[in-house]
Amino acid sequence: MDIIHDSRLEFHNPDERTLDIVLAADWHLRDGIVAIEYVEQQLSAYPGITTIRIRENRITHWDTSLPVFITRLLAFCDKTGLALETSGLPDGVQKLLNMARSIPAATLTSRTNAAQGFFEQIGNMTLLMAHGMPQTMRFIGEIIMSFVRLATGKAQFRPGDLLLLIQQVGPNALPIVSLVSFLVGLILAYMGAAQLERVGVQIYITDLVSIGMVREIGALMTGIIMAGRTGAAFAAELGTMQVNEEIDAYKTLGISTVDFLVMPRILALVMMIPLLTLYAGLVGTLAGMVIGITVFDITLFEYWQQTLRALELKQFWVGIFKGTVYGIVIAVSGCLRGIQCGRSAQAVGEATTSAVVTSIVYIVLTASAMTIVFYKLDI
Amino acid sequence: MLAASATQYMEKAGAHITVSDLTMAYGDFVIQRDLNFTVNHGDIFIIMGGSGCGKTTLLKNLIGLKIPSKGDVWFDNINFWKSPEQQQEEIKRRFGVLFQGGALWSSLTLAENVGLPLEEYTDLGPAEIREVVSFKLALVGLAGYEEFYPSEMSGGMRKRGSLARAIALDPEILFFDEPSAGLDPPSSRRMDELILEIRDSLKTTIVVVTHELDSILRIGNNSVFLDAETRTMIASGDPKQLRESSPEPGVRDFLGGHARE
Ligand SMILES: Nc1ncnc2c1ncn2[C@@H]1O[C@H](COP(=O)(O)OP(=O)(O)OP(=O)(O)O)[C@@H](O)[C@H]1O
Ligand SMILES: [Mg+2]
Repeated sequence: MDIIHDSRLEFHNPDERTLDIVLAADWHLRDGIVAIEYVEQQLSAYPGITTIRIRENRITHWDTSLPVFITRLLAFCDKTGLALETSGLPDGVQKLLNMARSIPAATLTSRTNAAQGFFEQIGNMTLLMAHGMPQTMRFIGEIIMSFVRLATGKAQFRPGDLLLLIQQVGPNALPIVSLVSFLVGLILAYMGAAQLERVGVQIYITDLVSIGMVREIGALMTGIIMAGRTGAAFAAELGTMQVNEEIDAYKTLGISTVDFLVMPRILALVMMIPLLTLYAGLVGTLAGMVIGITVFDITLFEYWQQTLRALELKQFWVGIFKGTVYGIVIAVSGCLRGIQCGRSAQAVGEATTSAVVTSIVYIVLTASAMTIVFYKLDI
Repeated sequence: MLAASATQYMEKAGAHITVSDLTMAYGDFVIQRDLNFTVNHGDIFIIMGGSGCGKTTLLKNLIGLKIPSKGDVWFDNINFWKSPEQQQEEIKRRFGVLFQGGALWSSLTLAENVGLPLEEYTDLGPAEIREVVSFKLALVGLAGYEEFYPSEMSGGMRKRGSLARAIALDPEILFFDEPSAGLDPPSSRRMDELILEIRDSLKTTIVVVTHELDSILRIGNNSVFLDAETRTMIASGDPKQLRESSPEPGVRDFLGGHARE
């Protein structure tokens, strides 16, 4: 059998029962850890060895790779019943080894973070949903109680926080809401006009754009923007507070986190989103007007008159009502996911994602429900 | 041929880190000015001073996280902040840092936390990394906790876990920010022993921020004392000597020089 060598180990056989290992050269972690196979080879070449001795060393540099190798050797000798004498190890190595052994390893019921199987995942998700539902209901209940306390003047929160939130939720969202609703109004006008022009009634793009924007699309667009912008921010803020134990700090003080953190956020969004919805509808209508006048040769006066005829007050109320419902959905989802957040950076990411997804799902659900109800009620 | 164990290293002597005329500030708010001190190879160098005097800030200036507003930091004979970025990265790779808050990566298990530097900067295979990680965790008394996530560990365990991460690559210089804060007295003594052991066996230069008096006197052989009021250093040298004979009563007091004798 060929014997392979590593420059870091030299072997001697002073007698047939003893194997002396001389450690030599540089031991660097980056060169890897010396394999135990070198020792095994020696042992199989000289059966009858009962003792391994590390008597001396000619090491010029060592780091962790040496104690780790000795740990390997110790385990190997344990397993094979060989005696190991380590008097020749550098002092430091001996001390580090003693240090590492001085506290026994914790014997914990085997913890493995094995990847979950497909069915296990489905099972866990089902359990999570089953447990999540009551939790969600309780959270909504707490929010309602908190608003009752607010109405009776007993809620504990800082008005300054509310003002800051209102600023973040409302005015700071204007640029993105303007941009999106202007573009959507523009697209709506173009698409509508292209069809209506064929029958020569392009004046009716006025109705299409103004009613569409004010009643439906303004609210929907605002809802989706706010879900991505504000719902995500709520979840990330509360989630990070959860990670930093700030939520625990409120709890130990006896301050209701729902009063102090959640209710102001919901209030801010519910106060601001009707205004944003209204604004989005008007910007969209304006975009339609620009296109109608510049591209489809409708005069400003005509367009203005037609818009006034088309837009009844109830369109505004429907739009604002829808927007407000979306606002509640977004704020509740964002805060719920934030409060439920786990205690790691990853959990904050998951909470944020989940907040946006939940908001959008419920926006779509409530939008459909409201459309059907309004249709039946002939509003 | 080198003789056996006695000279397993060519021991380097002399300055390892040199700080000259260092002034550090957040914006216009000066934290400390005109710091001058030298950390020698194999020193356990203590940065001490009252809470909020700028110890952590100084550490951040030393490890390349924060640019000093004035002055230089030298490693051996390289001027850190005047070197090209490439070289700064190389120097930083020779550091191990234990942050005040632990700063374990929360999405990784303890073993992955300690193993990541090994994965990134060595060619060791997964099995070898596991062995090295287990050894490091055993050193800090956390053997058996490999699969725990930081969120499942106590504050003190996290601290020890991040110590294991700091020493994963056997760095040339270790920076510890309050290594024994939050540990029980035996664990804290063990932390001190480990620090001494690492220095003695691996010849690591160690810079420690701490205000644990026992620790300072037990492990430190050189130090600098930062004063919050005057915003500069008011003493430097061996803490045991400063305790007896510093001209500054504040320093003697801090080190328990009056109360004990
Ligand atoms: N990011 C920052 N921006 C502005 N000022 C800061 C910042 N971080 C710290 N400071 C200020 O710098 C000063 C020093 O802070 P530093 O964290 O360095 O103190 P320290 O000596 O480590 O205190 P401790 O012992 O409590 O950890 C403090 O006055 C603090 O207010
Ligand atoms: Mg600090």
